[in-house]
Amino acid sequence: MSDIAASGVPVESTAQRSRFPVHILVFLAPALVIYTAFSIYPLIDTIRLSLYAGDETGARYFVGLGNFTTLLTDPVWADQFWNALRNNLIFFAIHMVVQNGIGLGLAMLLSLPHLTGGSVYRTLLFLPTMLSVVIIGFIWQLILNPLWGIAETLLQAIGLGSLFGPWLGQESTALLTVSLISVWQFVGIPMMLIYAALINIPDDLLDAATVDGAGPFSVFWFVRLPLILPTLGVVSILTFVANFNAFDLIYAIKGALAGPNFSTDILGTFFYRTFFGYQLQMGSPTMGATVATAMLVIILIGVLIYLFGVQRRLQRHTF
Amino acid sequence: MKANVRPSRIAVHIALILYTILAIGPIVLILINAFKTRRAIFADPLGFPDARTFTTIGFDRVFSNSDFGLYFFNSFTVTIVSLGLIILIGAMAAWALTEYRFWGNTLLSLYLAIGIMVPIRLGSVSILQMMVELNLVNTLTALILVYVAQGLPLAILILGEFIQQIPKDLRDAARCDGVSEYRIFGSIILPLIRPAIATVAVFTMVPIWNDLWFPLILAPGDGKQTVTLGVQQFIGQYVTDWNAVLASLTLAIAPILVLYLLFSRYLVRGLTAGAVK
Repeated sequence: MSDIAASGVPVESTAQRSRFPVHILVFLAPALVIYTAFSIYPLIDTIRLSLYAGDETGARYFVGLGNFTTLLTDPVWADQFWNALRNNLIFFAIHMVVQNGIGLGLAMLLSLPHLTGGSVYRTLLFLPTMLSVVIIGFIWQLILNPLWGIAETLLQAIGLGSLFGPWLGQESTALLTVSLISVWQFVGIPMMLIYAALINIPDDLLDAATVDGAGPFSVFWFVRLPLILPTLGVVSILTFVANFNAFDLIYAIKGALAGPNFSTDILGTFFYRTFFGYQLQMGSPTMGATVATAMLVIILIGVLIYLFGVQRRLQRHTF
Repeated sequence: MKANVRPSRIAVHIALILYTILAIGPIVLILINAFKTRRAIFADPLGFPDARTFTTIGFDRVFSNSDFGLYFFNSFTVTIVSLGLIILIGAMAAWALTEYRFWGNTLLSLYLAIGIMVPIRLGSVSILQMMVELNLVNTLTALILVYVAQGLPLAILILGEFIQQIPKDLRDAARCDGVSEYRIFGSIILPLIRPAIATVAVFTMVPIWNDLWFPLILAPGDGKQTVTLGVQQFIGQYVTDWNAVLASLTLAIAPILVLYLLFSRYLVRGLTAGAVK
């Protein structure tokens, strides 16, 4: 692990020890050592491990991209992987549309000029985001539990009682329900970021548009929306990384098997099962590393699309 | 136009109030039912506890059947130690990167920024292996090391932006007086970045306190569970004991709730001040 740490500063400290100030090294060293040892090195080592396979004796041998071929084509693995990836894409799509849509709507309302009680709303609406995903998972599991029946009672009160079902237990509705619970919890993040962007738009711009005869809809569509596009880009990439790294909620509600019948399985739970094993299947560190590397590639693709596709174009738009 | 404002404002408030009820209703529901008898939980879930239905039996069971006090202690230790290290080490690095021009400066900043986008969780296989070799499995130290590595990138970014805004005159004056670089950092810079520290603290503490993944992987037993993991294990065992389940959830929510209501203005300021761009 030290070879990575060395690529930063110490290289020149040996070459020109007399000139490189010691105090800079002292300030940087603790952060670089801990960050490199427990963040960057494990990521690189995980990629390395994904190229190996182990046998019962614990010996490891190099298999190249063999694990990836297994993951993507061997029926035992591929079915689970594609299922988890597909569920994860649905999970992400629901967040993009519902979470970021509601977040945008709330931010628009909160950024209205002279809104009474704005900070109280913001504080309360952001509250669920602060709590542990695990706790949120259990809370909703209780509320949706047909035994307690509170969700059914409340739905009946507004005349929708017939819609109620064991949503978390049915294969057809479990993924949607879990996604909406996550949306409910994290809607505060897009709300806050978009709100900050909206209140930073100079009033002159909005006034000028209104004076020129633009109605509220045109002001939103042609003035405010283009100006907050970079923020919407940030919100999208944050949502993407968080969703493709999610685990806690589904583990808390559904356990590592992500039931019923893997219908709520996403990459995070699939990674956990592969690494630690479940029921009769043994966990495999090398296959775990393979799944983690696949997730890393997916996240990097998302980040690169954002950095080189979305962000550049958006900045051109705003100036 | 004036006459139009009022009715539309009322509609805005109705929409916001309805969504607020949706956002905090479930949490309130858990809190009020945690103090009710089992019969009242089922007969009248929406009612507040009164003299007839009030009970703390769930809390008694949680405390007698689990080590909740210990879980709190573990979570508290891990969070506070990690936070202290992140702020100190992060401020040192942020200071070096913003104050001094040296070869590799930009490269190093980029290197540190990787950790903002790439989740450290994906390195878990290797982290666990390393902790086994270091004999740190089932210790709080393992969690602290990982959380410090995880929190540093964002802390360095936020602190760096803040340090840049501190006027140059102060440090230049100190340098003229022959004060060492270490003392400039310790006695001038550290006290001045206190407001940014509050922002970093809020951003760093919450993910650490709430995390399930690393406690589950690195310290799942031996009395080293954090609150989040402890609740998860406890509920797994007592799933049919509604009083105990509701009480354990309430205990897990309470500290964050209190801290959040006390410090929410720092968080809102941090989120809205362009710290995340």
